[in-house]
Amino acid sequence: MARRQTPSQTVGPFFAYGLTPEQYGFDQMTSLGSGAMAGADTDGTRIRLEGRVYDAEGAVVPDAMIEVWQADAQGRYAHPADGRGSNAGFSGFGRFGTGTDPENRFIFDTVKPGSVGAGQAPHLNLVVFMRGMPLHAYTRVYFPDEAEANATDPVLALVPADRRGTLIATAKPGSSGGYVFDIHLRGDRETVFFDV
Amino acid sequence: MADAEYNPRDWDTQPAYLSPEYKSTILRSPGKPLIPLPQSLSEVTGPVFGHEALNPLDNDLTKNGIKTGGEPLGERIIVTGRVLDEKERPQANTLIEIWQCNAAGRYIHAADQHDAPLDPNFFGGGRCVTDENGVYKFTTVKPAAYPWGNHTNAWRPAHIHFSLFGPAFVTRLVTQCYFPGDPLLSLDPIFNATPKAHGNALVMDFSLDVTEEGFALGYKFDFVLRGRKATPMET
Repeated sequence: MARRQTPSQTVGPFFAYGLTPEQYGFDQMTSLGSGAMAGADTDGTRIRLEGRVYDAEGAVVPDAMIEVWQADAQGRYAHPADGRGSNAGFSGFGRFGTGTDPENRFIFDTVKPGSVGAGQAPHLNLVVFMRGMPLHAYTRVYFPDEAEANATDPVLALVPADRRGTLIATAKPGSSGGYVFDIHLRGDRETVFFDV
Repeated sequence: MADAEYNPRDWDTQPAYLSPEYKSTILRSPGKPLIPLPQSLSEVTGPVFGHEALNPLDNDLTKNGIKTGGEPLGERIIVTGRVLDEKERPQANTLIEIWQCNAAGRYIHAADQHDAPLDPNFFGGGRCVTDENGVYKFTTVKPAAYPWGNHTNAWRPAHIHFSLFGPAFVTRLVTQCYFPGDPLLSLDPIFNATPKAHGNALVMDFSLDVTEEGFALGYKFDFVLRGRKATPMET
């Protein structure tokens, strides 16, 4: 190969005005991604996915940026490589910094994705960026009410059984359509990260 | 399995998650090895951003943050180059977002408490979408070094943060680009977290060709994203 891949570097602590300006109150630029992923016209079951990022000592990370990429309710991605055509008006992309919520959560208001096929259970693809992380980390979010589909998902099958639970959100008690997905960087509950 | 797969991450060129001299990595790096995941439709697709998402001044940081009618202070620079894959195929229509401190070394972000002045006419954020040849171009002012708390008398070398998408979720890249000849580079744990043989891949080239007479100095930098795997016909 003629060229080598450009090295990654940390997103650092001051990404907010460049990547999530509106969320952080900067009016100089519009945001290209936010936590409000589903519009009024988006088909599908509304869900709220929220969570926190915990460091190796269990402290909540207040300066992480989370990106999600998901299929629409019919399991189609808004991308040319998915030839099935996508749900008009739903981009499937969300981006949220953990610095504005009083509890330092990331919060995505979206629709529950459908299965994208190939035996895959409904899931969101999620990337973690933060100060202190030189290279972003990929993970996936699965749903607790899809036990049957999760049981045959080919990606979950790659994960040791005792760690699969780290990839499955929990239903938020007392909410309708609320799910919690906490991310643990290290320790007993360390979230599974993938080499994709 | 999807029909288009991308080359794996080239781990030889990438920094390790745990780079102890960069102290924040100690509590913020995964402890267990990553689990290999064969690429499926979820990985080879990704968000698509078009030129229509942008405002005309988004790639000109000397103009997009003016609040008092004056221009931002500092040395004007132009940063341009191409976004490629490993085979030097141009990556067209890919979103590049940047952010940086001002010419005094201060970010507009509320969490930046460095005692250097803000510039009322400089915001520090910008973006553009590459053209059909993979070319991008920003006009800005040269950012300055600033102190940080990693160790005694630690100063970050001047840098610009870049965020790129490429054609798929697996081609995502967030990085920082530096200026040639900066004596702080060899002292910077973030820069040094990149394998020694590849750290210089993050240093821009000064270019008199890009420099605009009487206006701004020019710098060139090409990004290399993960490309599509060769099919048997191509090998």
